[in-house]
Amino acid sequence: MAFAAFSTTTAPSTDEVARRRSPVALFLLLPGILYLVLFFLTPLVSLLLTSLQTPREFGDIGQYDYAFRWQNYSDVVTTYWPHIVRSFSYALVATFFALVISYPLAYFIGVKARKWPLLQSLMLVLVIAPFFISFLLRTLAWKQLFSDESIVVQSLKALSLLGPEAHVTGTAFSVIFGLTYNFIPFMTLPLYTTLERLDVRYLEAGNDLYASPFQVFRRVTIPLSMPGIVAGTLLTFIPAAGDYINASRDFLGGTGTQMMGNVIEANFLVLQNYPSAAALSIILMTVILVIVSVYVKRSGTEELL
Amino acid sequence: MKLSLGKWLLPVYSALALLFLMIPIGYTFVYSFNDSLKSNIVWRGFTFDKWLNVCNVQNGAVCEAFGNSLFIGAVATVVATTLGTMIAIAIVRYRFKFRSQTSLLLFLPMATPEVVLGAGLAAQFLSLGVPKDMLTIILAHTMFCISFVVVTVKARVASLDPALEEAGRDLYGSAAQVFARITFPLLLPGILAAALLSFALSFDDFIITNFNSGSVTTFPKYIWISAARGIPAEANVLASAVFILALVVVVTVQVSGAAKARRLAKLT
Repeated sequence: MAFAAFSTTTAPSTDEVARRRSPVALFLLLPGILYLVLFFLTPLVSLLLTSLQTPREFGDIGQYDYAFRWQNYSDVVTTYWPHIVRSFSYALVATFFALVISYPLAYFIGVKARKWPLLQSLMLVLVIAPFFISFLLRTLAWKQLFSDESIVVQSLKALSLLGPEAHVTGTAFSVIFGLTYNFIPFMTLPLYTTLERLDVRYLEAGNDLYASPFQVFRRVTIPLSMPGIVAGTLLTFIPAAGDYINASRDFLGGTGTQMMGNVIEANFLVLQNYPSAAALSIILMTVILVIVSVYVKRSGTEELL
Repeated sequence: MKLSLGKWLLPVYSALALLFLMIPIGYTFVYSFNDSLKSNIVWRGFTFDKWLNVCNVQNGAVCEAFGNSLFIGAVATVVATTLGTMIAIAIVRYRFKFRSQTSLLLFLPMATPEVVLGAGLAAQFLSLGVPKDMLTIILAHTMFCISFVVVTVKARVASLDPALEEAGRDLYGSAAQVFARITFPLLLPGILAAALLSFALSFDDFIITNFNSGSVTTFPKYIWISAARGIPAEANVLASAVFILALVVVVTVQVSGAAKARRLAKLT
């Protein structure tokens, strides 16, 4: 099934297969690798070059010349540091909530529901069901459900849990809520694939040795499901940090909730300030790569890469 | 875990969590039957009209965008699945130089935020003076689908027993015959899963598309543009139809897979 793509942990170790050296390998690899070089690697180089461009003298808006204007980087950091901080903190909080919400669900599907294969596959279908309907429409649905006239907001106001002038949409809460909701399946699937193969005898052994249920969970279940936790948190954190749909003003965000993705989009597609957009993209990518490599090293799951 | 307190806690929680995931889907589906005017926000009564006349709104702009998405998804899927399957076979079966570099090149597109992929390609097209149209969208979609195809097909290639192909060669099958009659049919489920995944990724992609589409509108881009002034219920109709179709496909695959497993279990 397509689930396999969401977890690098499902592929059996390929090292036992005897591999041959052959010109066929080159024929098989070359087209795809060339494609990725042309449409993934060189674009990153051109992004880097663009990020160092300088406005053309007496040029129109959107006209730039190649230069080594490193100042672009300090400029975007001073202008957009709140967006940079917001991107990573929103993504971090959303990843945390997605993990807390998904873990018990994945545990139930992967461990408790083993006895009922039909229930297990039905629940998995429901977990991936959000993928079958447009990401943007799903997010807009939450916007309508949280609008000022909606039942949810009206009843919160009636209960005085929300001030009469307060809004839900356009706040940090609604953006983080949207990010959490949209990436729960990305968290649940890799958690499920590791928990599904969890040997319950280890848990029984823990119980036999007089460990409390909490101790068994913390000392046995969590460490054994670490590959799933790492894969799930990365699959949530990376797209969440770069997302600009949830934080957009037309969706769940407001003026005070714009993230890096929104600024990159606006600079590139609206203001035609390509160097700023490129510099922000490079910053986003660098920070994420650093976080990912440190995180993967510290959690001891290098084989994921 | 939690045997005394939580015999019912976990199942109930799981049901609620799944229900939570379904809320926006239910909302989108219900509002596809709304007898709405231009924007589909206030409930104005039940109607089948929008389902029956999907393409009538705004001179069929929704349907045009939807058609573009289908076309782009189909082309990107075919190209990405072909290239990705070839790479997957090479990685599992052959030894070659720059192996770790290749793995890194395949992993990086999945670890790069979409906004960076989109802006990078757009910067490249801009500096080369390539106009943005349908082709640039297809080029972009193929790029991010390849890695997902490799991951999906690789698992299938690795689980393939090389003895089956050896048997084919022992029986004087040519390399082409062995591939066409043994390898390919055995890999097909993995390839189909990868193709479905590619199509789903391409069909629902907005972030990368937005950077590389110029004036071409895809279905997600149509929703993005219309979000400010209100989405017509027809968009809900198309999204709900895709949802139902995808659900039917997935359930059929699951059920037939279960039936096959049962037949095999009976044989052994």
